[in-house]
Amino acid sequence: MTEIRFSGFGGQGIIRCGLIAGKALSLYDDKHATMTQSFGPEARGSACSSQLVVNDDKVLYPYITKPEILVSMSQDAYDQYEPNLRDDGLLLIDTDLVKPKPARAKIKTYAIPSTRFAEELGNRITANLVMMGFFTAVTKIVSEDAIKKALPGLVPDRFLGLNIKAFDKGYEYGLKLLDEEK
Amino acid sequence: MRTVKADPKGVLTGSHYLDGDYALAEGALAAGCRFFGGYPITPSTETAERFSERIPHVGGVFIQMEDELASIISLIGAVWGGKKAMTVTSGPGFSLMMENIGLAAMMEIPLVIANVQRGGPSTGLPTLVGQQDMMQARWGSHGDYAIIALCPDSPQECFDLTIKAFNLSETYRCPVFVMADECVGHMHEKVVIPPADQLDIVERKWYSGPKDKYMPYKNDADGIPFLVKAGDGYRFHTTGLTHDERGYPVINAEAQDICVRHLCDKINNNADKIIELEEEDIDGADVVVISYGITSRVAFRAVQLARKEGIKVGRLRLITAWPFCEKRIAELAPKIKAFVVPEINYGQMVREVERSSAGQTKVVSVPHCGGWVHNPLDILAAIKESVK
Repeated sequence: MTEIRFSGFGGQGIIRCGLIAGKALSLYDDKHATMTQSFGPEARGSACSSQLVVNDDKVLYPYITKPEILVSMSQDAYDQYEPNLRDDGLLLIDTDLVKPKPARAKIKTYAIPSTRFAEELGNRITANLVMMGFFTAVTKIVSEDAIKKALPGLVPDRFLGLNIKAFDKGYEYGLKLLDEEK
Repeated sequence: MRTVKADPKGVLTGSHYLDGDYALAEGALAAGCRFFGGYPITPSTETAERFSERIPHVGGVFIQMEDELASIISLIGAVWGGKKAMTVTSGPGFSLMMENIGLAAMMEIPLVIANVQRGGPSTGLPTLVGQQDMMQARWGSHGDYAIIALCPDSPQECFDLTIKAFNLSETYRCPVFVMADECVGHMHEKVVIPPADQLDIVERKWYSGPKDKYMPYKNDADGIPFLVKAGDGYRFHTTGLTHDERGYPVINAEAQDICVRHLCDKINNNADKIIELEEEDIDGADVVVISYGITSRVAFRAVQLARKEGIKVGRLRLITAWPFCEKRIAELAPKIKAFVVPEINYGQMVREVERSSAGQTKVVSVPHCGGWVHNPLDILAAIKESVK
């Protein structure tokens, strides 16, 4: 079982990240994935989060307790959720938006300028898809193919091409980073 | 009871990633529901949104009413107009509907109400989970009557049980509740919608005899009266007052006896047919954990932990909460050391377990006032304590 939290501020497409990954895993990668999200006033404007529990069998307890993977696209979200990341967890951040503290315990941090990349591609709104590409390459928890199959219906048709481009950008950057690590 | 295959227009066949609220709407459409009257309330609004988005493509009516009183009354009208009808709400709206839920029970109107439960009382916790309306579902309107209530534990079951709810409502001519909760309503999971020809749908029990002989409350051989559609030329009377077979008021104890017994017995006498339970490892168990809705999934984790510690634990999930499975509980009670009943309220269905156990075993309540699901460790602690 794997617990994942996507976090950022309202409007970045954080809930969408959970939906895309959840749909990809459940429908195309033969996993069980339960997605929950934060509701209520605390989710608007400030830190916002969607949570995914991924399992080979049916997910029982639907909420995450201590995630293995934390994706943070804002400083607030990082500050709020980093303390709950597992000691041997993976931390994925937007380089330009999150200034992390020195890494705690065995946490591995991977950083990408996802918002900057999205702006270079023509629309910063796709920063979440750049991050999803990066997430897919680095964590390997979901397949590239499944994510691409999951996108139609979850992003507007007219932006599908742009979103795939954004995803590819993040994915390639992630693979390159892993390669350099070797 | 006539069963047909689902109308393919309403069936979104395929695998989807949906939240429970959306799945409720898809279940209704698949069951042939073509009228939705509702008033938005968190955490159930997404069902209304989904239905309103889909119904123009399927063919039918969605009306946002001025409040929950009007919503439930619009359903009664829609059913007399020949449609299958549904509404969705949460605690505060459910309270407002109570008077006319009684009218629907008295008029024997087949309709479905989904309650995506949040924490109460009053406006309570709009965005957070509760299971505090379970007794209200059974006893909320005044007078004696019986209803049916089902409890989905996943978006998939929100779909499946909504179809079942419509089928039961048509079979027994009564209001049926889908008692979901905020957690199940708002979580996204895979929902598989089968092809229309794999979905059995109970048709309305239409009357087809001579126009001047129709009696809206004359029982057929199966104990359930026939329905007609307004506008088809049948002249009849229906009322919330105690009535005879013709539907006219008769205000005396004899008529009341016949009327009320019928409303209760048509459900109670068919309880064995209606009740659906999920059981696991009950034989030889020392403890049986009884739960429903989201709590059954949380409790399952506690059961797994208890088994690891060598405790013999069985699991009983109430898919049907009402009518209550009193026979099954009475049968199990003398064989086990305890029932453990976690629920997201201060102890509601546990009273039914106690009543049905009749002192034959220990009954342990694991209450939670709402706002979140149980910590599985709290349920584990109750299981361990109960076998001491």
